[in-house]
Formats: sequence, structure tokens, C-alpha cells
Amino acid sequence: MRSESGTLGATAVSPAAVAHHEHRDDIGSKTGMWLFLFTELLLFGGLFIVYAVYRHKYGTEFHEAAHELNKVMGVTNTFVLLTSSLTMVLSVGALQRARVAESLRWLGATFGLACCFLVIKFFEWSAKHHHGIWPGGEHLHAMPPGEGMFFNLYFMMTGLHGIHVLIGMGVMGSIAARIRSGHVSASRYAALEFTGLYWHLVDLVWIFLLPLFYLTN
Amino acid sequence: MQDSHTTGAHAHPAPHGGGHGGDHAAHAPVATGTFVLVWVALLVLTLVTVAASTWFPGKVGIGVAMVVTPIKAALILMWFMHLKYEAMVFRTMFLSAIGILALVMGLTFFDYSFL
Repeated sequence: MRSESGTLGATAVSPAAVAHHEHRDDIGSKTGMWLFLFTELLLFGGLFIVYAVYRHKYGTEFHEAAHELNKVMGVTNTFVLLTSSLTMVLSVGALQRARVAESLRWLGATFGLACCFLVIKFFEWSAKHHHGIWPGGEHLHAMPPGEGMFFNLYFMMTGLHGIHVLIGMGVMGSIAARIRSGHVSASRYAALEFTGLYWHLVDLVWIFLLPLFYLTN
Repeated sequence: MQDSHTTGAHAHPAPHGGGHGGDHAAHAPVATGTFVLVWVALLVLTLVTVAASTWFPGKVGIGVAMVVTPIKAALILMWFMHLKYEAMVFRTMFLSAIGILALVMGLTFFDYSFL
């Protein structure tokens, strides 16, 4: 292979040219990624519509129920996720500049912050569970319909969001392995870039969940 | 195989330079400082919504959240998600998706606000 490209002369076959010749379409795959993100947007959008309708119907009950949520934990988790979005773009930026070790460090930090988010969420949900506020829990069952609906939506939406955080962490792990093995690199960083896009969407959804659930009292 | 390799290497620069203007080759990484600034703005805006909902509960707090939260979303979309640096087609795609969502939300409310 090497000798053959040698015989073809110094005209063309630089490593960059060979890399270019791999069949890839970054614009196409980016379009695909955004289309996927739109389905995510509509998935959460549907739940936001349900929330809006029931809040319209049970305004006072929603305000009462929101008092039960821990604002400090909700805001802390917002800071955690926003910071994880920053470390994610820094990871992509480092890989674009071919700083592999730095990229992996930022990706590790993003993973750590995602863990942190879920740990805080775990304590939050545990406290609610302790008070019988849990889908099927006796306290939630005895609540007036509007307050019950608030908590059902709270668990549904933050739960679905939490699943997205978990999936994001799984993807980060596999991308880290592919960066280490050189399959994702400075000349081929789309996979990391798309992981970032997904992660920012997870952050974006949370930004709307914060005022809807924690700041409504 | 080897032949197609050479022709490929020769032929590629033309379509790449022409059609894919915003692709990796032309995609200069955004400065780290820019991202840090966006992050600081996001934190400050979060504090603004929290402060408003704490000190002015009710209509003012909700109003501030309804104005500030979309601004935060725009910061994430434009800078962290690169929409600011992408080709027009991505921004158009995004706006149409948001448009559909807004339409569905609007029509739903048209139904429910008359209950």
C-alpha cells in the first residue's frame, strides 16, 4: 500500500487526502443527528403541553404542590448541568485542536458532573419517597387531583430526563474508549461533537424543567 | 482500487471546497473564552430567575422565568450547540421544528382555555 502510493508520485496521496477518501458525510450525519434531536424535542414538548394544560386547570394546586420540592437541590442541579455543558464543549474544542488527553479529561469531568446530577436527584427522590410521595405512594394517592397530577408529571418528566442523563453517560463512556483507540480524533471528531449535541439537549430540557417545577411557588 | 484512490484524492478538493463550505475543514474551533462567557451568562441568568421567583413570587417571578428561560435556551443552542456557526439549513430546520411545537401548543391551548 505504502510502496504503491509511492509509485503514484508525490502529486497527491498525503495522509489528509487518504483520510478524506474514507466514505463519510459529516453534513449528512449532522443532519441526521439534528433530526433525532427534533424527535427528542417533540417527545418532551408533548409532556410540556400536558403540564401546561393541567397547570391551567389546577393553578392553585400546582403552586401548593411546588412548595414540597426542594428549590436548593433543583437550582444546584441546574448549575451542575450547565457546568457539564461547558466541560462538554471544552472536550470537543480540545479534540479539534488534537489535544487528546485534555479532551478526555474534560469528557471525564462531564461524566463526573452527570453522576453528581443523578446523586442529587437520588437524594431528592428518596426524600419524596420517604414521605409517601411517589407514583402509587399512599400520600400521593390521597392528594387532591391537581397536586397528585403535579407530582405524577414531576416524576414522569424528571424521570424521563434522568434516563436521558444515564444514556448520555453511557455514550460518553463509549466515546472515551473510541478517542483512546484513535477512532475518534482531531480529523474525525463528529462522534464526540454529536455526543455534545445530545448532552446539550439534555441540559436544554432541564432548563425548562427548573422553572416549571421548582420555581412555581 | 488503487486507481480510484488516486483519482479520489485528486477529485475531492473541488466538491469539498464548493459545496461543503461549513464543514470540518473550514470549521475553526471556537475560542475557549467564548464558551466560558456563555457559561457565566447562563449561571447569572439562572440566579436571576431564582431571585425573581423568591422575592417576587407569583406573576412577576413567572414572567421573569418566561422571558429569561428562552434566552438561556438560545445561548445553549447558538453557542454550545453551534447553531450560530452552522449553515442556514440547520437553523431553518431547527426553527421549523420549534414552529411545529409552538403550533401544536397554541392549538392545544385554543382548545383548553375555553373549558
